[in-house]
Amino acid sequence: MTPLAATQLRLDAQPVDYALLALYFALVLGIGTMARRSVSASLDFFLAGRALPAWVTGLAFISANLGAVEIFGMTANGAQFGIPTVHYYWIGAIPAMVFLGLVMMPFYYGSKVRSVPEFLLRRFGRFAHLVNGLSFALAQVLIAGVNLYALATVVNLLLGWPLWVSVLAAAAIVLAYTTLGGLSAAVYNEVLQFFVIVAMLVPITLVGLHRVGGWDGLTHRIRAVNADAELQLHSWPGTNLTGIENATLSVLGIVFGLGFVLSFGYWTTNFAEVQRALAAQDMSAARRTPLIGAYPKALIVLVIVIPGMLAAVLSPELAAYKASGGTLNNGVTYNNAIELLIRDLLPSGMLGVAITGLLAAFMAGMAANVSSFNTVFTYDIWQSYVVRDRPDQYYLRVGRLATVAGCAIAVGTAFIASDYNNIMDYLQTLFSFFNAPLFATFVLGMFWRRTSPVAGGVGLLVGTASAVTIDQLNRHHVLHMSGQGPSFVAASAAFVMDIAVSVPLSLATQPKPDSELGGLVWALTPRVRSKPDAWYRSPGLLAGGVLALATALSIVFW
Amino acid sequence: MFFDLRLIIAFLFACYGAVLTALGAAGTTEADRAKTGGWNVNLWVGLAMLGFAAVMGLWAALRPIQPPDGEGDGEAE
Repeated sequence: MTPLAATQLRLDAQPVDYALLALYFALVLGIGTMARRSVSASLDFFLAGRALPAWVTGLAFISANLGAVEIFGMTANGAQFGIPTVHYYWIGAIPAMVFLGLVMMPFYYGSKVRSVPEFLLRRFGRFAHLVNGLSFALAQVLIAGVNLYALATVVNLLLGWPLWVSVLAAAAIVLAYTTLGGLSAAVYNEVLQFFVIVAMLVPITLVGLHRVGGWDGLTHRIRAVNADAELQLHSWPGTNLTGIENATLSVLGIVFGLGFVLSFGYWTTNFAEVQRALAAQDMSAARRTPLIGAYPKALIVLVIVIPGMLAAVLSPELAAYKASGGTLNNGVTYNNAIELLIRDLLPSGMLGVAITGLLAAFMAGMAANVSSFNTVFTYDIWQSYVVRDRPDQYYLRVGRLATVAGCAIAVGTAFIASDYNNIMDYLQTLFSFFNAPLFATFVLGMFWRRTSPVAGGVGLLVGTASAVTIDQLNRHHVLHMSGQGPSFVAASAAFVMDIAVSVPLSLATQPKPDSELGGLVWALTPRVRSKPDAWYRSPGLLAGGVLALATALSIVFW
Repeated sequence: MFFDLRLIIAFLFACYGAVLTALGAAGTTEADRAKTGGWNVNLWVGLAMLGFAAVMGLWAALRPIQPPDGEGDGEAE
């Protein structure tokens, strides 16, 4: 996310825009203060006392994901690749969220674990737990840095403050409300942020489409300047997205690598997401959390990808950059798509709403990183391995301090992020190393009670090593892949190798006795018996509805 | 929930909607119209926000928060 030169992108904000922004920040801090009143134990701070209704956790579930990587990254994908970007949503996120709600949530919520690493501890023991706890904590502060840096670049463009002042100011606001109110404050603000983000994206899309003469005008202009226009206007086979030239292999890469391994890995094992569902008030609300989140997720792609495509034809700078094949050095990249649209399309008033939405998105992302970091640090590292058996108040205090430390480290990692133009690719690659084997180990451990603790730990390491190997082979030109293909292939390899190693190893080593696996393994978990509930609360019905919606949208954009 | 988030959302969008509607109703400049292709985006988005705030407020009024008592819990024993 290269920052634009100040002369190129001056958002011409008027006093009324600043007033709208100020009102929003006052409310955000107010929510933090109000949420503080409800925090009296560590479970209140880390899991919002497990008391939130499903619509709140459901919206927070997707808002936590709507950070810098999503807003900048997916509009950038839209500008560069066009429609194939939808695969991240309809074949990626939606089926994975349905699987989380229907199949995995009974284990997570039912076993009363407080974090994803804690589930690994109960199922596989300390080795897998420590590996996962440490790598998750590291990943979260790195991503928090990316969000913080993105936040600072917007403040920098808007107010002209130096980057380091912007970083510190942004970190201070996120710190203030997460330290005060813990997860409740983060979740409530994520819900508020969700609506502001939508209030930014929908008008941008509509105004942009109006400017180019509707959908037909957009496709006409894309066809006029792109040799590969048809690839950009149809979702399949998506060879431009994967960088795999063979259409069949490209489809396979999307369906298996992106759809199955990467997406299921991210959505079902990433604690920053799962934590929101664990904060729900009961099992039914926990299962509905990802299902409710899936509906806006299925639709929001339209107001993220289409603006990206619009930016590439409406903004002369970006159009020139794209025409050069991404080599022109004129100060913009695909990552600037949304900022260019905000500058070019919105008059004062809506401009203030859009700036607020952009800042809100990056704060939501960072708050999710920080609030999951403090939980894993406190429960899975500090309480498990460093200082044990203290009263609950002690761990609440550790959690508040971990929040401060997390924000401070994020300030440091923000400056690392500022050195890398491709930090988002870098982080996505890390996720393929880490989430794909984790998902393989999870699925095996949940459905095959024979899976042994040794296999759990070794499987993770071998899976990660396989993904790293693929990445290195590609970097050193032994394999020839470009675009997003390498991370799809690396994730697939990690998944397959993890299973291939875990199965024989489990057969050769001592499994956990059945008596220790209740609630952790499918065959030994009592089925959820739902009390008769309103029909619209049925998880099966919600799941069927969103799958039908994603299928219908896929057919429209085939 | 210890306070009603729906009312906070309604409050924020009522304020935003009122400001945008007023800006839009006061008229747009030539430069603004060039940006939006002629649409009075502030007016329409402002009105939409006011409508959304009303819906949120109505929802909060019709279904007020119940103190949690564990109802609707479909957990296994």
